[in-house]
Amino acid sequence: MTDALDRPTSILVLGGTSDIALATVRALRSPALRRVVLAARPSQGRDDAVAGLVADGVGGVVAVDFDAALTASHDALLSAAFSDGDLDVVLVAFGVLGDQQDFEDDPDLAVAAAQVNYVGALSVCLRAARHLTDQGHGTLVVLSSVAGERARRSNFVYGSTKAGLDSLASGLADALHGSGAHVLVVRPGFVRTGMTSHLEPAPLSVTAEQVADAVVAGLRRGSSVVYVPAAMRVVMSGLRHLPRAVFRRLPI
Amino acid sequence: MVAAAAPTLLTGWGRTMPSRAQLVAARAVEDVVAAVTSAGPRGLLARGAGRSYGDAAQNGGGVVLDLSAMGDVELLDDGDAVAGAGTMLSDLVPLLLARGRFLPVTPGTRFITVGGAVAADVHGKNHHVDGSFGAHVRWIDLVTADGEVRRLDRTGPAGDVALLDATIGGMGLTGVITSVRFATIASPTAFVRVQTRRAPDLDALMSLMADDDAFRYSVAWVDGMARGARLGRGVLTRGEHAEPHDVPARKAADGRPSADGPRFDVPAVPVSPLNRISLAAFNEMWFRKAPRSRDDELVGLTPFFYPLDAVGGWNRLYGRRGFLQYQFAVPDAGGEVVRTALERLAGMGAPSFLSVLKRFGTGRGDSPLSFPISGWTLAIDVPARTPGLAAALDELDEHVLSAGGRLYLAKDSRAVPATIAAGYPDLARFRSIRSDVDPHGVFVSDLSRRLQL
Repeated sequence: MTDALDRPTSILVLGGTSDIALATVRALRSPALRRVVLAARPSQGRDDAVAGLVADGVGGVVAVDFDAALTASHDALLSAAFSDGDLDVVLVAFGVLGDQQDFEDDPDLAVAAAQVNYVGALSVCLRAARHLTDQGHGTLVVLSSVAGERARRSNFVYGSTKAGLDSLASGLADALHGSGAHVLVVRPGFVRTGMTSHLEPAPLSVTAEQVADAVVAGLRRGSSVVYVPAAMRVVMSGLRHLPRAVFRRLPI
Repeated sequence: MVAAAAPTLLTGWGRTMPSRAQLVAARAVEDVVAAVTSAGPRGLLARGAGRSYGDAAQNGGGVVLDLSAMGDVELLDDGDAVAGAGTMLSDLVPLLLARGRFLPVTPGTRFITVGGAVAADVHGKNHHVDGSFGAHVRWIDLVTADGEVRRLDRTGPAGDVALLDATIGGMGLTGVITSVRFATIASPTAFVRVQTRRAPDLDALMSLMADDDAFRYSVAWVDGMARGARLGRGVLTRGEHAEPHDVPARKAADGRPSADGPRFDVPAVPVSPLNRISLAAFNEMWFRKAPRSRDDELVGLTPFFYPLDAVGGWNRLYGRRGFLQYQFAVPDAGGEVVRTALERLAGMGAPSFLSVLKRFGTGRGDSPLSFPISGWTLAIDVPARTPGLAAALDELDEHVLSAGGRLYLAKDSRAVPATIAAGYPDLARFRSIRSDVDPHGVFVSDLSRRLQL
């Protein structure tokens, strides 16, 4: 149970090597936090993530095998994680960015990305929501993206997967109202992480730490949506209302 | 068949950490047995009036039993009372006073239940003389995990007494208390004869309290926001039940605590009016209005024991984020921790209402989770939104533990398991009794999960 001073005692990270997720775990680090489960495919990156958190004094860090695309395995994974004790925060942080041109050249790649970003997330979100409802408390934090708010020419495949995820999470938030469980949808702009290191940062770009701080603030306030940076809320509101002919010509 | 269950979001008095449970109203012992024997994987917990501050009376995802319909009271000729666990003290007090009796122990609110008083082993202003509520319990009826209704008598077999003692202060984790027989005390009038002393600083206050044993009731209200030379300034009130010859005839009918709820209810406020400025002003005013020294003042039982009961829902004044109360007990040798706590919290400018300082008498060594231990106890209310509060309280925990002290489970909403285990050396004995009587862990609470009790 997250305590009266907003300190979770346990966190499950789905996509346990995500820079944003690890920054969020660090931002939620406290003497009250005693269990962190990093769910990810076995890799050097996962080992490093565990070692890094342990070195930073995070208690009770364990790794479990998780493949977002293998939805048939998700039920057992989540049941096991919840049967080891209540989870105060479930962070859905996995996703692939891909390359728009590659997606258009090889639609199979686009399908694979959608399998992870949308279908995989759908699978874990619905299951986690059920477990959170059963325990009567806890927050599902879903890393969406402003890319899902209005599809752009330059990355509409990725954007469409996030649009699906964002709709799912928003609907789930309403479904869980009054259940004791909550959903926090996080909509960052361009985040400078390993996933985007090959790209030129867009305006209003942020770091993983800034996203993490926004998540912590959102959890504290009980928000249902946070934009990172906060100014992105206004920007996206403007972009959503631009006439298509204008929007298409924007260099974004 | 148990009465209708309704999914309900529950919080404690501090309104900080809600969880949803199936709230089941029990009307009789059979309802309790049925609920206990059909509890699901998330278990069951009895809830009293919900006046513990944190998550002690919550059971997220499980069943929470509401016993408020089980409030039958019988006053026996020997002065004892037998009360259903759901009986509110506010209902008991008028019945007792009509017979010239009073509660053996009462906390600072009468809006709690008898079951809750046993489960939290509550203390009052007379702890240094009379001990906690549990010291006055003759027997309890406890529905255990196997569905048995056990009468645990103080004079019964050793095993029963051990379970009785574990249940006193056991936070509802040994079973569901359905009925309690306890001793009452004489209160020939509805008044207390009060002595008031105002102390300009903590040293003066604590030395005034050295002869507390000469009074049945004693409590000091401390200005938790005063700093520097005024740190720990406070008003000590001590008293005795007034005798009939103390009370003028025209006053004799006054002072009786009513069974009614508060006269005034705090509305839901969007922004908390409690901040450093308003509370500093309040503390200042309250300190100044107290007489430097006054003796033999007649004060009604209600204003003496239940000053805050006049304002219903005062917890809502803290706003949406809620508040918590930090209450610890330390042995006499650890009295310095009181100063440290006031320094730290006043120093960070935490806005706090009147804090309470009290002397404790001997604790209940036989009750492994009963809070009071001989020495000092300090209780401070703080808004949960106070910046830096988590780290400050974590640090104070260290001071409390190194002084051999402990935190009060009924107030806790932020401790970690190791702090509780270190403060309650008999926790292992509690666990062993609990696992014997409830091997499958039917009785659980958000508190017991969070603190790994």
